[in-house]
Amino acid sequence: MPEGQFKEGIVGGRLAADQYADNFSDLHPPLDHHEALVESDRCYFCYDAPCMNACPTSIDIPLFIRQISTGNPIGSAKTIFDQNILGGMCARVCPTETLCEEVCVREVAEGKPVQIGRLQRYATDVAMAENKQFYPRATATGKTVAVVGAGPAGLAAAHRLARHGHDVTILEARPKAGGLNEYGIAAYKSVDNFAQAEVDYVTAIGGIDIQNGKALGRDYQLSDLIRNYDAVFLGMGLGGVNALRADGEDAAGVTNAVEFIAELRQASDLSGLPVGRRVVVIGGGMTAIDAAVQSKLLGAEEVTICYRRGQDHMNASEFEQDLAAANGVTIRHWLQPKRVIAEGGKVSGIELEYTALNGDRLAGTGETLTLVADQVFKAIGQSFVPAALNGSGASIDLEAGRIKVDGEGRTSLAKVWAGGDCIFGGDDLTVSAVAQGRDAAESIHRSLTQG
Amino acid sequence: MADIRNNFVGIKSPNPFWLASAPPTDKAYNVIRAFKAGWGGVVWKTLGEEGPPVVNVNGPRYGAIWGADRRLLGLNNIELITDRDLQTNLREMKQVKMDWPDRALIASIMVPCEEESWKAILPLVEETGADGIELNFGCPHGMSERGMGAAVGQVPEYIEMVVRWCKQYTRMPVITKLTPNITDIRKPARAAHAGGTDAVSLINTINSITGVDLDSFAPMPTIDGKGSHGGYCGPAVKPIAMNMVAEIARDPETRGLPISGIGGITTWRDAAEFMALGAGNVQVCTAAMTYGFKIVQEMIAGLENWMDDKGHRSLDDVIGRATPNVTDWQYLNLNYVAKAHIDQDACIKCGRCHIACEDTSHQAITNVVNGIRHFEVIEAECVGCNLCVNVCPVDNCITMEPLAAGVMDQRTGKPVSPVYANWTTHPNNPMAKVAAE
Repeated sequence: MPEGQFKEGIVGGRLAADQYADNFSDLHPPLDHHEALVESDRCYFCYDAPCMNACPTSIDIPLFIRQISTGNPIGSAKTIFDQNILGGMCARVCPTETLCEEVCVREVAEGKPVQIGRLQRYATDVAMAENKQFYPRATATGKTVAVVGAGPAGLAAAHRLARHGHDVTILEARPKAGGLNEYGIAAYKSVDNFAQAEVDYVTAIGGIDIQNGKALGRDYQLSDLIRNYDAVFLGMGLGGVNALRADGEDAAGVTNAVEFIAELRQASDLSGLPVGRRVVVIGGGMTAIDAAVQSKLLGAEEVTICYRRGQDHMNASEFEQDLAAANGVTIRHWLQPKRVIAEGGKVSGIELEYTALNGDRLAGTGETLTLVADQVFKAIGQSFVPAALNGSGASIDLEAGRIKVDGEGRTSLAKVWAGGDCIFGGDDLTVSAVAQGRDAAESIHRSLTQG
Repeated sequence: MADIRNNFVGIKSPNPFWLASAPPTDKAYNVIRAFKAGWGGVVWKTLGEEGPPVVNVNGPRYGAIWGADRRLLGLNNIELITDRDLQTNLREMKQVKMDWPDRALIASIMVPCEEESWKAILPLVEETGADGIELNFGCPHGMSERGMGAAVGQVPEYIEMVVRWCKQYTRMPVITKLTPNITDIRKPARAAHAGGTDAVSLINTINSITGVDLDSFAPMPTIDGKGSHGGYCGPAVKPIAMNMVAEIARDPETRGLPISGIGGITTWRDAAEFMALGAGNVQVCTAAMTYGFKIVQEMIAGLENWMDDKGHRSLDDVIGRATPNVTDWQYLNLNYVAKAHIDQDACIKCGRCHIACEDTSHQAITNVVNGIRHFEVIEAECVGCNLCVNVCPVDNCITMEPLAAGVMDQRTGKPVSPVYANWTTHPNNPMAKVAAE
């Protein structure tokens, strides 16, 4: 037994060295050729297929599956990429159980949907392994577009714009492109550096210049972009993390789950990554699950997710909740953080208060519970930070704290579009961000060519 | 308990499941294994005349088509008759028949279409104690190029002639095996009957190319870049075989002629269907070649269980029971009206019935009702074609419901007539017969 396992505090090396690779291997291993043929044969090729309607990018799922079944994975990949150029990542990270696979008629009929996500991965893997590029660029238009943020929305927008012959400059604050695909997804969902491979695949179309380390408001201003480019697309995501609003949350050992997830994804040696012996995660979404499961996989002895409402209210899908449970994470409901308990400035526990719904209103019951913890992750959502934006140009209209856009992704400012998590209506899904980036790009293209 | 003992033209076997003349019955080793597994009889792989045996190709002999999970749906072969010495085969047959007296052992024979050839081989076969002979007039490849097999089976006059020789030169029952590679199966059956055959067996394999290699542009199976049509068999050919069995069973000229049914029989149900159409027993090959001899256990138990369930005491209760229900199109009741009905509780809303009907048939199934995805038959448009039933992936979700006499057919606006009426008397038929006064 590795001696680190029961060590108090936040330390690395809790597991035997070879255990890390096992723990963080591919969550859904790829289908091999025969498996893909058998699985694709399960698809009924529905008319007006529910799966297709459930996909935020409207991929023609029955068609791409049929193309797999006829031995044409390249054609299948094109069907996918036509709608979603990040179809490879979406195949890995989409909560298919709440999108296409939830409405698959075979899910409805027998509780066993066609494994659409894994089939999508099969086809896109084949095409990407060959670096098969489907989209020649249109004749250069001479128009330039600035894209803020190299996440899913920005990449999708950039690809579509480049395809139409425009020249795109992506300005990305972080050292690497990919956005949440690179920094915000559990490691076992995107192995083998897939996010970077996908960025390379997308930008291989040409005409996309990614400049890293360029933060809006710090290194350049929105007004510069509006002045220097023919159009601007904002896809910078959410920069802020919601606070616990619990006493003592500044104690050492209280961490933002998104930072932990990012650090884990960027770590070259997982055994060096410290994690607590007893970890409490506050939240009920995918981020909470990702942080909790990965804590467990790093060797934490006890991991507890505390969520302030009931199971039905959790944003994390049933599949994600089961995944957590299967990895030994305890999920507790109807608990909200009250006070972080610290000893010598370091977390030693957390006091939680039970909650109840009083009509539509959630309120503490007064009863409390204390959990011993040496690490607490905050995963209660992220928020848009408009300061960089509105401090660097004419003020842009917000709605519920995020950028307000119309049906085509146009903001209140001329020449400026937006998409992804930073807009009102953004739903924290890679696939939705792709759809918004793509559609905004089409709107920009219309505007640039018709104007 | 149902009695499934079989008596086919006087040849007795403990069950109606024989292995067809084919690779599984090429030598004693295989046949003994088959009998141990429970097969009622075997038709020994076709014997040729004395002398140097035929040779087979040394590359692939089989081609196939498969379902998505490699379920074998159809098999094709270019193997010839036995490539073993005649005497070896005869010696083994004799020993096997001595050791397994309760099982049927039939010798399949193919020799040149000359009286002397048949006259020469028949006593040799008779000496083995074989229960009967089967004349291989079906092999569609190789041997047919040499004037044997299907080359004989395609010429009714030859069939009659050879059958006559056989009946003349042996006391053994003669089963004439027919090729399906003809336009009307009744012609060779009638010829065999006229020659005095005791029975016919069918079908032999169907001329086929199972695939084309799209890199080398060679047909499959491919031997050194070339291919030749082979004989197709397996589950895919069953409907073709059953029709041919029924055609012979109901033909006035051959009615009552015993039939050994062959063609894609894989399960007890397949066997029961063949027998219901008039087969006195069945022969199996591809299923055994796919799964091994053990499958006969399922066939035996399945047939017994079904017969017990339905109260059929012996095979005679089953054989030919469906034959009278096979008729010509012109005698089908045009006053019978059925409409598709979709069980909404069973419907999984895949929409295949809708799109099949909308694109390719009669626009008789909705896809949206009151703004909601909903699949329902529009009776005023439904012609009762059954396509929706066939494309629906759910068992019994869509059923064809007959309209009772007197009920209004919303498509025609007329009540359903209680009277049987067919095309022969239909007013639209230019050759309609006037009903007798």
